[in-house]
Amino acid sequence: MKETKMKNPRWLLSALLGAALLSTTAPVLAQSKEQFIPILSYRTGPYAPNGTPWANGFVDYLKLVNSKGGINNVKIAYEECETGYDTARSVECYERLKSKNPSFVQTLSTGATFAITEKAPGDKIPVLTVGYGRSESADGAVFKWNFPIAGTYWVAADTIMQAIAKKEGGWDKLKGKKVGLVYHDSPFGKEPIPLLQERARNHGFELQLLPVTPPGVEQKATWLQVRQSKPDYVVLWGWGVMNSTAIKEAQATGYAREKMYGVWWAGAEQDVKDVADGAKGYNAVTIQHGAEPNADIVKTLLTQIHDKGQGTGPKEEVGQVLYLRGVMSAMIGIEGIRSAQERFGKGKVMTGEQVRWGLENLNLTQAKLDALGFKGVMRPISTSCMDHMGAAWTRIHTWDGKKWVFTSDWMQADDQILKPLVKATADKYAAEKKLTRRTGQDCQS
Amino acid sequence: MFYRENGQFKTSYQADQQIFPIVQDRWFILALLLLAFVAVPLLATDYWFSAILIPFVIMAMAAIGVNVLVGYCGQISLGSGAFMAVGAYGAYNFFARVPDMPLIPALILGGLCATVFGVLFGLPSLRVRGLYLAVATLAAQFFADWMFLRIKWFTLDTPSGSVSVSNLQVFGLPIESDVSKYLFCLAVLCVVALMAKNLVRGAIGREWMAIRDMDVAAAVIGIRPMYAKLTAFAVSSFIIGMAGALWAFIYMGSWEPSAFSVNESFRLLFMVIIGGLGSIMGGFLGAAFIILLPIFLNQALPFVAGVVGIEISTTVVSHTELMIFGGLIVWFLIVEPHGLAKLWSIGKQKMRVWPFPY
Repeated sequence: MKETKMKNPRWLLSALLGAALLSTTAPVLAQSKEQFIPILSYRTGPYAPNGTPWANGFVDYLKLVNSKGGINNVKIAYEECETGYDTARSVECYERLKSKNPSFVQTLSTGATFAITEKAPGDKIPVLTVGYGRSESADGAVFKWNFPIAGTYWVAADTIMQAIAKKEGGWDKLKGKKVGLVYHDSPFGKEPIPLLQERARNHGFELQLLPVTPPGVEQKATWLQVRQSKPDYVVLWGWGVMNSTAIKEAQATGYAREKMYGVWWAGAEQDVKDVADGAKGYNAVTIQHGAEPNADIVKTLLTQIHDKGQGTGPKEEVGQVLYLRGVMSAMIGIEGIRSAQERFGKGKVMTGEQVRWGLENLNLTQAKLDALGFKGVMRPISTSCMDHMGAAWTRIHTWDGKKWVFTSDWMQADDQILKPLVKATADKYAAEKKLTRRTGQDCQS
Repeated sequence: MFYRENGQFKTSYQADQQIFPIVQDRWFILALLLLAFVAVPLLATDYWFSAILIPFVIMAMAAIGVNVLVGYCGQISLGSGAFMAVGAYGAYNFFARVPDMPLIPALILGGLCATVFGVLFGLPSLRVRGLYLAVATLAAQFFADWMFLRIKWFTLDTPSGSVSVSNLQVFGLPIESDVSKYLFCLAVLCVVALMAKNLVRGAIGREWMAIRDMDVAAAVIGIRPMYAKLTAFAVSSFIIGMAGALWAFIYMGSWEPSAFSVNESFRLLFMVIIGGLGSIMGGFLGAAFIILLPIFLNQALPFVAGVVGIEISTTVVSHTELMIFGGLIVWFLIVEPHGLAKLWSIGKQKMRVWPFPY
């Protein structure tokens, strides 16, 4: 065997592996006086256009809280971990950041939420999913550690149907109509189906399911089906590049954008701005807030963070839909920690368990929201042991070719439909996992 | 000097035919097993178990399975993700539908489901070969994707299509903690690796290799191509199916069909190519390379940047990670086209002649 040629690779290889072993063993511990918040985000891949503004908003709000001295003088430490919207990678991120005593974890991915829901109770880390995740996790008696605060997909689906019914002039007018659901073929996209089926049964309209293979850059076949079957309305359940592609395809097929309703993850500037005029008339439901360039919180973020050169991401994005969703998610998490501090000691670092209590006993009154700068942006949220959602307010906004404008009043999901469905599905989960519903006593803890 | 077989005389056929004929190798493997079973559980942290060791162990097992088919029998397959999916959903259905189904039989039954599926989709290998076969096996991938997304029965009619398992136990011992999960996967891996190693050393393995090297010649000397190819598909998909079931049950806990997408098939194929075709060791090395390196880069880059004094964003990290990773793959393939396993054997050869190389 000749000596010279092969020498380097082997040494390099062993050096590499050795370095790998060393570097990953050393656990990085968060400083004890800081409240740690992990951020599972994605700024790369097909979902980056939508994941990035959300993460920017989330980080900016944390920066704002820190610039005001933290939560009762407890500073916030945070770390981002890139998941690429991939479930396995999200789990890796979760495991990586778990050792730093996270206050709560949010994934911005329904698939990852399913996986982490199974792990969080054992690790005692609350899972905060503002506007995504498992819809049945609103049932706090079964899902002790999940917090889909401010709205679940069933709320979105229900209020979209309400808006459609209103447009038609009443629920009875929906009889015999056809509603197409163009959805991201993943747990995220399939979430609304049970609720829409329930509504379809009650009101006699036909629900047509039109799956789109993720990431959804190729939708010709789906829209051909739309063209053939001509549904009266199309509900769009997409994320990332899928949304703009769907709107372009609708334009190409000649499907009226006025008859399209998107979920709140398919109703941001990123989804429509490429099409601009072509998306005119396209509607989307909002989880409370829409695009709010004039809100107090947006002005504060601009002056306190962006004007001082500490902003994350471009300044124009501040106040846009997804940016604000990030801000709102961070705010709800922070307020959860604050409410935990009120019970377990102000100025202390809260554990995951304590934050769980805080999120469960969150009471964001209108006065509190106004003081935080969310006047006109959000309505009160109050969670409890049984209700981990806290509010089911939505509005519809419509793209006018340049910006999103609200075209409906505040709406609320119908409890008569929602409650039994949540309970039945949660019970099914409990039976599968051999869990018992939490009792009143457990609620006090 | 330390690693050579001088003076180790074999006095029986048995001694001559053992897996590790050299004493030093046997000690090395024993030490490695001790390290994996005793030292690692004592030393590693939760993060190491759940994010690095468990995926590595499971993927190494899948890579062994792929290597049986691609490396030993020469049938290029892009359906490995599908075999994993069938194993996972097969095991899940047995586990969830049959009352009190124990974990290990469920895993084995999942593997058997994958076997049936693999043999079925291995049938084209009797007519087409090489890259054409790779394309044909892609059909398995798309079929499995479609099947688990669309046929609700497989996912127990869960509305979201995501399924989960819990309360896993083996012989009454709960598989809940990260250590127990790791040890369980490791035990399964050891059994499977031993089985695979013995198969490829035996008559059947020689048939596979004969088919790989030249199927016409193999047929002329009396090897039945159909039998050899289909057994390779069967054994390979059984192992991959078991690995898929472990991936779903132990690592993910809750999963959706996209966990076994075509990307997974490619990843497994890359593992085998980089690790070394036709080598059990290659499965381990390839899995280590593909699983560990991205995670390592992802964590080392911010650290290195911090030392230099720059703060880099997660975007830059993940793009750099992809670039370095891709670059390394190309570099390794140029420097050693036979994979990491070849480097390993070169290393051993050097050890034998050290300190007087010739």
